[in-house]
Amino acid sequence: METNYNPAIEVSQLTKNYGELLAVDHIDFRVETGAIFGFLGPNGAGKTTTVRMLTGVIRSDEGSAQIMGHSAGSLNAKQIAGVVPEMANAYLDLSGWNNLMLMAKLYGVSKDDAHKRANELLAKVELASRKGSLVQTYSKGMKQRLLLCMALISDPQILFLDEPTSGLDVQSARFIKNLLQDINARGKTIFLTTHDMDEANQLCSRVAIINKGKIVAIDTPEKLRMAISGKHSIEISFQYKVNTKDLEEIAGVTEVRLLGDKCRLYTPDPSDLAIRLVDYSKSKQMKIVSLNILAPSLEDAFVALTEGGKP
Amino acid sequence: MTLSKTVLLAQTRRAFAIAGKDIRIYYLKGPVVIFGILFPAFLYFSFVVGRNMDADVMLPGLLGMVVFFTSTSISPAVTPMETASKTLERLMSCPVTPHTIILGDILASFIFGLLISIVPIIVSLAIGTSIQYPALLGAGIILAAFCFSAFGMILASVPTNKPSTVMLLTVMVKFPLLFISGIFIPLGELPSWGRIISRISPLTYFTDIARHCFQNQGYLPIYIDILALIAFTIAFVFIAMRLHLRTMPRRI
Repeated sequence: METNYNPAIEVSQLTKNYGELLAVDHIDFRVETGAIFGFLGPNGAGKTTTVRMLTGVIRSDEGSAQIMGHSAGSLNAKQIAGVVPEMANAYLDLSGWNNLMLMAKLYGVSKDDAHKRANELLAKVELASRKGSLVQTYSKGMKQRLLLCMALISDPQILFLDEPTSGLDVQSARFIKNLLQDINARGKTIFLTTHDMDEANQLCSRVAIINKGKIVAIDTPEKLRMAISGKHSIEISFQYKVNTKDLEEIAGVTEVRLLGDKCRLYTPDPSDLAIRLVDYSKSKQMKIVSLNILAPSLEDAFVALTEGGKP
Repeated sequence: MTLSKTVLLAQTRRAFAIAGKDIRIYYLKGPVVIFGILFPAFLYFSFVVGRNMDADVMLPGLLGMVVFFTSTSISPAVTPMETASKTLERLMSCPVTPHTIILGDILASFIFGLLISIVPIIVSLAIGTSIQYPALLGAGIILAAFCFSAFGMILASVPTNKPSTVMLLTVMVKFPLLFISGIFIPLGELPSWGRIISRISPLTYFTDIARHCFQNQGYLPIYIDILALIAFTIAFVFIAMRLHLRTMPRRI
């Protein structure tokens, strides 16, 4: 299944302890060269610790990780990778341009190349007009775009991004996502951690879900969605407010969630339930305002896998 | 870890890039210059004014204080500040070794210490004091500035993201050293127990070199002063590297 490609990242039994806490527990996975790989998990699941081990910020206690054939954390592995850490900042007391030049020096990029790439990148992320301004005057979205430029100044083969759109407004997040797709289209491998299921669904060709330090699933977003049995649902809104207990008693309903003025009913057989809901509305003499049959989402898969449910 | 000559050269260049960043961000600030020059100068004059001392007696102590204070003024706080401002993780993910990061911080402090040491030398020349061994003084300043910068990096190894915590520790360590290093009272005039204690301070040896250069009357032989400063420098760099290698991952 995962044997016919040259992996950009190969992780074997990677483990990290923080005292008594087993933050990452013997995880294994591979990322295909040229892929966008999503690494999903709830807070404290071990995502950032994994990224930090892969980017050489911290050392693993057990296991190994290879980045394009180089041991993670080695100078060679760091040289071919660009990193946008979750909590990291650009230097606020330097201008955007000087931050880029510093990164270029730290990656050994020649002055001419650095100037050329910096101008191209700043133009691409629409920061060219602000390149001389101190970063402390940038908005959060501008800082995040600059961090991306800093990661790309060395023209890396692989890009690690830890929650790159976290806390950004819709436009900035969309801008970053489009940029990542462009970067990937030029053959770069992207390793992305995110909380945002829509982002993972839109961007990633494969995702791994980590929970309590263990990988609980690795597959394409579509296959993970489809693997959630019994998680089909119907979202319905009635003319009047209904008692959710009545809905729970309808045959075939496994779970009812109230979502504002709508109810979401989970069922293994949505078409059969739709007929029953029409009968229910007739019996109560009230109209159905809206009825949508929903396939399970990646979020459903994520919740099922991280709350101990089975796909 | 064995590094090839090419890698070593590249890492050295990158250490200078880190030093340049440090100087630009942390050192070229008004309060830093004030703390590095004015504070030691005022402190020194508060002790010597009214004691009817000649300039060539005063200047070695003043120079010693300025080099010591400037070289240890910011280096202890750089790593905590980088931790607090979330820039250390970015630096650690770059293709530089932890040694390169520490060397870069030491170099920044060293360069700053060297540049500021020019001020008391200009003052001494302006008031007509002659420097009898300028080359020796230059070598002593270079050695001392590097030694004190490495000492500052030892203080920076406390795994905190609060610069104030480190600065408090720094003050607690730096001030006692001033009083046992022959700054205010030349070594020869100290009681015997004072002379013994003075040997544990690297500042003692630099101040003695300065007295050789300004007054031609140091207490210790020159070669002892130079060898002691070299030994302290090697020890401080080694200790700073070891401590930071241990504490750096804990800062993240």
